[in-house]
Amino acid sequence: MDFAFFLIQLLNGLQYGLLLFLVASGLTLIFGIMGIINLAHGSFYMLGAYLAWSLAGLTGSLVAAILVAVPLTVVFGMALEWLLIRRLYERDHLFQVLLTYGLILVFEEMRSILWGDDVHGVPVPALLNASIPLTENLSYPVYRLFISAVCLLLALGLYLLIQKTRLGMMIRAGASNRDMVQSLGINIKFIYTLVFAIGVALAAFAGMINAPLSSVFPNMGGQVLIICFVVVVIGGIGSVKGAMVASLMIGLADTFGQVLLPEVAGMIVYLLMAIVLVWRPAGLFGRA
Amino acid sequence: MAPARTRQFALLACALLLAAFPLVGGTFYVQLVVKVMILAIFAMSLDLLIGFTGLVSFGHAAYFGLAGYALALLGPKYEAASLWWSLPAAMAVCALFAFLTGLLVLRTRGIFFIMVTLAFAQMLFFVFHDTKLGGGSDGIYIYNKPELKLGDFALANLDKTEHFYWLVLVLMVAVYLLLARVLGSTFGRALVGIKVNEHRMQALGFPVFRYKLASYVLAGALGGLSGYLAAVQFGFVNPEILSWHQSGAVMMMVILGGMGTLYGPVLGAFAFVLLQEAFSNQAWFGAWAKHWQLAMGLFIILVAMYLPQGLAGLLQKFGRKDEAAQAEEEHG
Repeated sequence: MDFAFFLIQLLNGLQYGLLLFLVASGLTLIFGIMGIINLAHGSFYMLGAYLAWSLAGLTGSLVAAILVAVPLTVVFGMALEWLLIRRLYERDHLFQVLLTYGLILVFEEMRSILWGDDVHGVPVPALLNASIPLTENLSYPVYRLFISAVCLLLALGLYLLIQKTRLGMMIRAGASNRDMVQSLGINIKFIYTLVFAIGVALAAFAGMINAPLSSVFPNMGGQVLIICFVVVVIGGIGSVKGAMVASLMIGLADTFGQVLLPEVAGMIVYLLMAIVLVWRPAGLFGRA
Repeated sequence: MAPARTRQFALLACALLLAAFPLVGGTFYVQLVVKVMILAIFAMSLDLLIGFTGLVSFGHAAYFGLAGYALALLGPKYEAASLWWSLPAAMAVCALFAFLTGLLVLRTRGIFFIMVTLAFAQMLFFVFHDTKLGGGSDGIYIYNKPELKLGDFALANLDKTEHFYWLVLVLMVAVYLLLARVLGSTFGRALVGIKVNEHRMQALGFPVFRYKLASYVLAGALGGLSGYLAAVQFGFVNPEILSWHQSGAVMMMVILGGMGTLYGPVLGAFAFVLLQEAFSNQAWFGAWAKHWQLAMGLFIILVAMYLPQGLAGLLQKFGRKDEAAQAEEEHG
């Protein structure tokens, strides 16, 4: 493996990891703060991708599609929390699994009814449709770099939001003691709704921005969901930092696995998870 | 009449009715009931974990699929395998997998446990999906149904739908009796104790981890039994049988029927499959039959919200009302 090839795989691995982070961070926040296991999180990724595809078809521009679609997903997330998820806070995890499993079926069929069962491509925005030559016959697409940069910016924004703002303080307080926060006069219900909506929007955004690379296809949410579970398990529930470290680990392990050991690539991430579990049952950054 | 006695009679009556069904039912329905009874075994094995040990496993399809692959891979390709060794072998493979993964997953709890069991099942999915071991995503055909012979005498010909039906029925009843026996023992009581309060059981001196592992392995082996039977019924295995949708479906059967009751999951398996057949019935739902998962999804959401004790809970409620009415009559 020469250097240029290695560099390409490294960049691909990082880009994949950063994208996973967008989905997994929402998942881990919803676990960590609201105590909800949300199987339907992968469906939001799928929803984002399909919205991007259909709106980009209407407006002719992916950027415009994203600008329209993100607010839609925020509203969608808030409505969903208000309508269903809210009823699950006090319930056993078992029922959370069941209800969100039911949601997956509903979302998949809605997708099938609204958008059909075909695979669709989404064009890369013209401005970013270029490649950086590395050697004579190898080059790297600018769009992938763009995705990595956007994901990094969002990760930074999320960090600042949670650690440095008043809202972030309320979110963290709500995670450790819901009733106390409530009695201090903070509207914890609204905070939960907001956290859920942020998670939905992040996952959907990941689907939108990745649509030109992955294309848009039925059941695309399922695979992302399970990989993100692995990310959350490795990183530790509720830890955004852990989600970042684990996402990058998984992204790199999977990408290099596909290249070096294609036969067992599908299993590598799970083996990684098993190893981490032996070593630290609560994940790398989890509180035991 | 004592409620326990009533239940025993009801179960016995159901078993007899089921035993008589192939004599009157058409082949399609007999095969449908076979499928349901296999899923009922599968659901009972999961109920041991969810309903009695308090372990919410979301990767139970792993055992269902693994046993099927064990039959396909261990059995001779162009001859019939003998049920006498192939069934125990398939169950042993599942028990071994449960033991090895159990050592890891039982170190975690709560949401973690759910996700880790799912992840291990998914790992197995990719083992069969990505490698050539089990024919990749196409799967493998099982050309000959296993033989059930005593010496040279064939006890049953599994190519015959009714024979296979009765075998599955016998095994379903056997699994029910076995689990009822296990759960009535000290070990079973301790499992329920662990479900309610693990730390207390630990403090009382019970080897909690070993008990949980034993329960996990038993559930895996029984899940394997159902997977073996399913592979025999359909004559092929592919990675779909261990996908996480299968794990979700069986969890749905357990809860729909009523977890922690053992007969509930059997009811749940019947209700689930019949609903699936109903929702995808074109004569009833026309063009919407294609989208039967929408109705199923909505139904699952409703059950999760409004029917936490499942059908068994409903039955018990009516049972209690009857008893109360009776008591009132006697005293009034």
